[in-house]
Formats: sequence, structure tokens, C-alpha cells
Amino acid sequence: MTITLNLNGRSHEVDADPGTPLLWVIRDELKLTGTKFGCGVAACGACTVHMDGEPVRSCQTYIEDVEGAEITTIEGLESKVSAAVQAAWVELDVVQCGYCQSGQIMSAVGLLSENPKPTAQEIDDYMNGNACRCATYQRIRAAILRASDIMEA
Amino acid sequence: MTLNTSRRGFLKGAAAAAAMRYVGARPNGALAAGSAPAKLNPFVKIGADGSVTAIVKHFEKGQGPATGLTTLIAEELGVSMEDIGYEFAPSDPSVYNNLLFGPFQGTGGSTAMANSFMQYRQAGAAAREMLISAAAQEWQADASALTIENGMIRGAGHEAPIGDFVGAAARLEAPAEPRLKDPSEFRLIGNASVRRKDSPPKTNGTAKYAMDLHLPNQMVAVIARSPRMGGLATGFSDADASGIKGYIRAAVLPNQAGVVVYAENTWAALQAREALSVDWDFSAAESRSSDQIRDELLNAVNSDPEYNVNGAEQAATAALIDGADTVLDRTFYFPLLAHAPMEPLTCTIEANEDGGITLHDGAQMPTGPHMAMAQIFQLPMEKIRINTMLAGGSFGRRATPTADYQVEAALAFVLTDRTRPVKLVWSREDDITGGYYRPAAAHRVRVGLDAAGKITGWDHRVACQSIMKGTAFEPMIVHNGVDHSSVEGIADSPYQIPGQFVGLTDVAKATTVLWWRSVGHTHTAYAMETMMDEAAAAAGRDPVEFRLALLQGGGKDQERLAGVLKRAAETGNWGNAPAGHAQGIAVHKSFGSYAAEVVEVSGNAEDGVKIEKVTCAIDCGIAVNPDVIRAQMEGGIGYGIGHVMRDEITLTEGAVDQVNFPDYEPLRIGDIGAIEVDIIASAEAPTGVGEPGTPPSAPALANAIARTGTRVTHLPMSANGVTFA
Repeated sequence: MTITLNLNGRSHEVDADPGTPLLWVIRDELKLTGTKFGCGVAACGACTVHMDGEPVRSCQTYIEDVEGAEITTIEGLESKVSAAVQAAWVELDVVQCGYCQSGQIMSAVGLLSENPKPTAQEIDDYMNGNACRCATYQRIRAAILRASDIMEA
Repeated sequence: MTLNTSRRGFLKGAAAAAAMRYVGARPNGALAAGSAPAKLNPFVKIGADGSVTAIVKHFEKGQGPATGLTTLIAEELGVSMEDIGYEFAPSDPSVYNNLLFGPFQGTGGSTAMANSFMQYRQAGAAAREMLISAAAQEWQADASALTIENGMIRGAGHEAPIGDFVGAAARLEAPAEPRLKDPSEFRLIGNASVRRKDSPPKTNGTAKYAMDLHLPNQMVAVIARSPRMGGLATGFSDADASGIKGYIRAAVLPNQAGVVVYAENTWAALQAREALSVDWDFSAAESRSSDQIRDELLNAVNSDPEYNVNGAEQAATAALIDGADTVLDRTFYFPLLAHAPMEPLTCTIEANEDGGITLHDGAQMPTGPHMAMAQIFQLPMEKIRINTMLAGGSFGRRATPTADYQVEAALAFVLTDRTRPVKLVWSREDDITGGYYRPAAAHRVRVGLDAAGKITGWDHRVACQSIMKGTAFEPMIVHNGVDHSSVEGIADSPYQIPGQFVGLTDVAKATTVLWWRSVGHTHTAYAMETMMDEAAAAAGRDPVEFRLALLQGGGKDQERLAGVLKRAAETGNWGNAPAGHAQGIAVHKSFGSYAAEVVEVSGNAEDGVKIEKVTCAIDCGIAVNPDVIRAQMEGGIGYGIGHVMRDEITLTEGAVDQVNFPDYEPLRIGDIGAIEVDIIASAEAPTGVGEPGTPPSAPALANAIARTGTRVTHLPMSANGVTFA
């Protein structure tokens, strides 16, 4: 089937079977590889993208369910919140292997968009679904708090 | 492994012949300004525009060598971190070998900085001297009057960017022993404000990992592997897969290890594999369960050991313990563990126009797959190219002595007409069930204490499946039958333990095993440091004082271990936990570095333990990048603690029970409250940081939980009586 996919502000005609995860359309068809494959079962968050501004796991989001929605990947981030998050991430050198970090950042932007002044506990609760095998968690927590400050400045 | 801290001629030895290719034999000014960037030596490339590129011989899986080695070049050459980039070296062990691995190019054992520190500084310094010589000739000035700072050559009334002299410098002989900076002159080494070079691309989605490669016309291959270890594929039916859009075909691998499925894209390949029906021959397959393997290990440590590790007399130690006032006797069990790096395994193979092939890979030990490719494709080594890409973590998994996944990709490529690149992709299920685990291990430790609370004897037996036997590392690490990686951290501990006997029994092959972040120290540190705590308690002594007493009157090794122990106790506010909190401490030397950690918990095993904070002190010699070192301690601690909390790989009749993250649960953000890291100032040669943070973390946690009333000797903790809040 042909689906019109609105992604990062552009419209794409995609030919894919129903049931195809959005992740693989983004990565293999559109060749946007910032969105990562980590587990395929929505247990790690490496594939997190925004659907109408809300973080979703693209490995468990099917192509037929996204028609009409606005999808944003790490490559399409463009907001005051995302700029603050990415600046804080670089400032604190959060990354190690970095493979999960696109997903971490997409979730962090989701959190700060709905809650610009989260507590450490609120960060832990919101970010719980994003796994980092390098265990960069305390820098992720610190960078979200730092981004919150940058947003306020 | 020991580090030779003397200056090495960085172009001598194995590297000399190749270095001549780059430096001495450069013909007639082919590298004059305006042409391609010049390699002043195999590690430094400079363009006529002054852009500097460090050629990094270690791959980057997150531990920071790309930044670290680039820093060394920048420091000695005289450029800012903003004005230097990096690229990964090609596979060529005659130039880019790990100086601690012999003639082998690779990353591991926390050696990246340890083996490169002098070599990369010398490479940067040699380039500096060549540029200065070229400028001195042009300006008819004395070279000693010239300096390079921020990419500018200055002195004798002149000033010019280094790019102006690259062409001339490339025609000069590289000095074998260039002058290195005195540590007092360092402005980048030890500077906590130096940022990681890979942060921006890993933060905006542009970083390219091996999984991100899309070559024109590539096929994606996934492999259906035996559900039971060691089963052989004998045939298959793809009747249900043939209708899947994008499915191409399937084939039994030449070694029958599985059936490879080719497709136009990853999703089609995964779906087609799901639809495939494979016939397996299980006659030679593993049939045991992990319960049986555990029982075999526990039986082994209750019998006389196969090997005497430290040459002590077993009977004499037994007599010292049997005659003691107090005898502690504990048995430990450590399960199989998967590495589960965030990026599942992947690599891509394509044919080159010259008849050779290129492997695109997050290559941890390029020499291994390089040799394997040459063998499989029957090509000379120089016809094989390896393009090293970023790796999404490894923890040891991307370095197998068998080059396992690269060989799979090669076999999958061999079965094609070789006109299309083949990208091998592992799923998370493949990763968790795919073999190559931290071996399961059992320890039995008997400790005798006299009436004064002093240790009289320490009988320590380990049973474990050998990692190194049968691999290329055997000659280096296995001696008199003893695989040192099974017992490292016990007999060679800096503790001066009286009457210590260490025995080892290799158990029969249970599964494919592999080094896992900090290798043998993952279990030896746990047994050593929890027993040390129990001994301190039995002696009625404070755990820190008790340990320090075993580090008295020794040499530098003891002093450095005592140093981190005291520092961690101090910064961790040892002995002064807030009400309702309990502390545990552990200290361990591994990979030449010394780490001590205090874990503070609240709650208890029954109602739920919460890890409030961890305090770490690390002595890794000269701290090249303090912030990267902190990050490695944070990550090493998280990796150690996450696994002992709740992870294990179990087998039922030879098949792995866990399949994906929901049943091999990673550490999550809320699991550890905070981690503080303190780095000991040191002028010693730099040692490892990727692994040494891991060993003390688990025993420190166990020791903290013990103070809430529950001593855990069998892992993981969650399967042995501990709940976590």
C-alpha cells in the first residue's frame, strides 16, 4: 500500500505493507539513520521519534497508523526545547557509545515540552523506558536539568 | 600485562617498515601544498589548509580513545582541540598494532591509552619537529627558536600557519626520538574542559555506526541459528516466506550453523526468517540445562582443584585454617551473562573492483576478521580492506577469537554472486540467545582467623570455563594450564594475605564464552571483597581498617590500592551514613588501575533495596581526560551493578531462556541515585579506565546489603532473596 508520511516537515510517498514498523521505513527507505534499532519490542527506547510532538517507539508503531500524523526524528528537531537539550548534552558530554542517545534526546525533549521544570524523580519516571547500556544515566539526568535551566535563561 | 613506560621509538620495531612507506620513501614532493593532505607519519595527517587529522588505531565503542588519542597528537603538535579531527586507521597491524598485544591490531583489556600514550605523543612531537625544521630552513632561522601553538609556527620574527610547511615537512626524515613536553607544559592532557570529539555527531543523529551503512544495491542478511547450541541446519522450507515483499532467497550456511535469509531490507529479512521452517540436527547439540552446569561448577569447587595457581601448599593452608579460632566458609555462584551492547552486531561486505573485498565493521580487533576474510575468500591480506565504523558499545562482544559475526557475513557473501554488498544484521534476540557469554563460575573460599582477628589462611578455589584456551591469546595468558583470566585478582591481588592457596578447575565446555567488561575480575573481585568484609566482621574490625592492615609495609602497589581505599572512604563519608542508610565498600586492582567504591543503600532485601549513591576513587596514573575517566567509572559501576541486580542467562536443554531486554533487563535510570568520582592525582604512566570501575561495584553493593541483614553469595541478587525498590 502507498502511504503519505509527513516526516520532519516534508511529505513522503511510501510503498510498504501494513504492519511495517515506522522504524524500518525511516531507516531503510528514507535512509534517516539517527533513529536506532535496539530491541524491536519497545523495551529500550533507541527508536524513539515524535508523533504529533509525543515520543513514541517507532519499532512498535505501524506505518498504517501514522498517516496524517506529523513525525519528527532526531534529524528534524527544531525547537527551543530541542536546542537546549542538545546543547546540554554536548556541554556535559553525556554520550559514550552514543547509540541510544537519539532516543534519549527525543524522550528528553518530550519530557521538557510537557514539564519544563522536572524534578530528578520526574526525570527518572519519564526516562525509565530509555535504556543505556553504557549507563550514562546520571549525565542524562543532569543534562535534562541543565536544559531546563537553559530554556529558562 | 605490564606497561613499558620507557620511551619507545614510535616508528621502531614492527612499525618501522611501514613508516618508511609513509615518510622516508615519499617521492618527489607529491605532497606539496595544494595536493592531498600529507601524512607526516602514520598517525598524523595535515592538509595544506592546516587541518590536522589524527589517525586513531583504536575503534570507538564509547570509552573515549578517539578523543584521547587525538588529544595526545594535539598536545605535542601544538594545535587546539577545535582544529584537529580524527579518522580510524585502516587494518594494518604492521603499523597500527596494539603495543601490548604484540603483532595484533585491536582494542581491549583497557589498553587503548596505556599502549598509545607514548606512541601518539611521539607522533605529534615528530610532526611538530618536522614542521619546525621545514620553517627553519625556509626562514633560515634556528629551529630551537621556533614554536607551534594553536597551529601557528612562530619565532625569529616570523609567523605562519603550519599548513604552509606541510609539503616541505613531508619530505623530511621523521625524528625517531622527538622531544616530548614536560608534564608541566601540558595544556590538554589532564585538562577537564577538553570535550569528547564525538559528542556533537552522537547528539544530532549524524554519527554513522556500522548498523547505519546503506551501500547502493545492498542486500540485508539475517541468519536463523540453532535454537539449541551446536545444532546443525540440514534443510529448510521457505514456502511461507516466499510471498513476503522484499524477500530474495535463503540458503544453508556452508558450516551448517544456520540458514541465511537474504532480503531487500531489514524488515523483510526479519519477517522472512520468522516464516522460515528449518530442519535441525541436534545430535551434537548441547542438551544440558544451566542448573546442571551450575551443579558441575559447585561440585568442582568442593573437590581438589585441577591446578595449583600460586604454588602454595594446599595442605599447609588447610592446616592453618583448620587450626584457626574462627573459620569462614562460603560458596559463590556467578551465572552466565550476555554483553548486550546497545547496537546489535552487524557488518557489511562488498566486492572491490580490484578483486578484493571490503569489510565495513565496528571493528574491535581488525586483525582477527582480516585474517578470517583472507582465509575464506582465499585472498592475500592486502586485498582485504576494513573500514572501521563507530560501534554502539561492545563490552567485549565485538572481539571474538573466532571473528564470529564477520565470518557469518563472509559465508553469507560467499553464497552470492558477489555483485551486491551483503549487510549482516543481528536482532536483539540473536544477541541475547547467540552465545558468547561471561562464563559461569563458582568459588569456594575458606578463611581462618586467629583470636586477635588476623587471617591465618585463605583457601580459594575457582571453577570456571576457560575463556582463553584454544584462542590466539592462549600463549600470552595461559601458563602451566592455568588460564589467568579465570583467577586474576586473587593470587595477584596487592593484599598481603598470609597462608593463601589458590586453586582452579576448568569445567568442561558449557557454552561459548568470552571476555566481558573486566573479564575474570567480574567474579573474583566479588568473592574477594565480600569475603574480606565477612572476615572484617568476624574479626570485629572496621572493613576499611581491616583491609588497610593487609596493605601495610608493601610497595607501590599496596600504597596505591590503600590510597584509593582511603580516598573513597573519605569522600563517601564512610561510617557516617544517614539514618536508614547502610554503606558497603570494596576495592580492587584491575588492568593496572586501582578503584575503590562505597555504595550507600536504603531499605532492605525483603522490602526493597534502593541504591542511593556510589562514591568512587580511581588511580589510573596520569589522567589524560579527567571527564572521560569519570564517565568510565560511572558507566563501569552501572554495568557491574545492573547485572548483579537482576541479570542471568539460563539454559533449558541447551536453549537460552532469555530472548530480549524484557527478560534480560538493563540497568534503568532510576536504579542508582548518584555516582561521584574522585581521581587520584598521579605522575605514573596512564593505565586503563574502561573496565576497572566495574569490579568493585558489585561487592560494594553486596557489602551494603549485608549490613541490612542479607548476605548474597549466589547471583543475580534478585533471584537470591533481594528485591529492589
